[in-house]
Amino acid sequence: MDRIPILKFGDALLVTIQVDMHDRLATALEEDLTKKIVDHSAKGVLIDISALEIVDSFIGRMLDNIAAVSRILDADTVVVGMRPAVAITLVELGLSLSGVKTALNVERGMDLIRVRLDKPETEDADGEE
Amino acid sequence: MPTGKSERLDIRSSDDVVRVRQLTRTLAVETGLSLVDQTKIITAASELARNTLDYGGGGHVVAEIVENVGRRGLKLCFEDQGAGIPDIVAALKDGFTTGKGMGLGLGGAKRLSNDFAIASKPGEGTKVTIVRWK
Repeated sequence: MDRIPILKFGDALLVTIQVDMHDRLATALEEDLTKKIVDHSAKGVLIDISALEIVDSFIGRMLDNIAAVSRILDADTVVVGMRPAVAITLVELGLSLSGVKTALNVERGMDLIRVRLDKPETEDADGEE
Repeated sequence: MPTGKSERLDIRSSDDVVRVRQLTRTLAVETGLSLVDQTKIITAASELARNTLDYGGGGHVVAEIVENVGRRGLKLCFEDQGAGIPDIVAALKDGFTTGKGMGLGLGGAKRLSNDFAIASKPGEGTKVTIVRWK
């Protein structure tokens, strides 16, 4: 079965969804990500959905679940790149993704994650000086 | 009034749900729907195709470009021979589900469409028709 690739990027994981996912693929991504968060002690998960033409209730629920599970595993999830038409449709569908952090693009999403990644390091650096 | 172009797809697996989305997209572009309207009807189609699969035990969709007083629209008709819906009013409410979903599918699809019709008989199946007009 196909899998969505998960890239390690420092202490963060990067997922770019570039295909129209069938439901099993979405469920597999949820499971793979959970495992990788633990394997790599990841502190952040960045999910780029800029290639997705639609987010329906199933994919919306997957994003919500990933955010909730990663929070429990001490990682922040940021969903980036949602198309404006997708956002309009999602709200009308009745999904507000209230548990998911979002950013307009990958750069801003990485900034959000970096804020958290940098914090302890900055404190260490301050302590050493 | 149909303009002649009509396509039918069986819905038997989650891959077919993806195919329904792709067919809907192609026809939505052909109908001339705006990007937001395309997105809305593709999303509605995805919800209804999944319902057909998960609750109806599979079925099919017929998609056609229709015209009414010079106005074009995309009409999708989902049909299954499954268990049917005993209480349609309850099934249309957000949060109502008998399965594993969130219960947004049917009500969400209705909100994302201009026209919505549902007919269901317990034991005989369900037929949901939606239209998004240009």
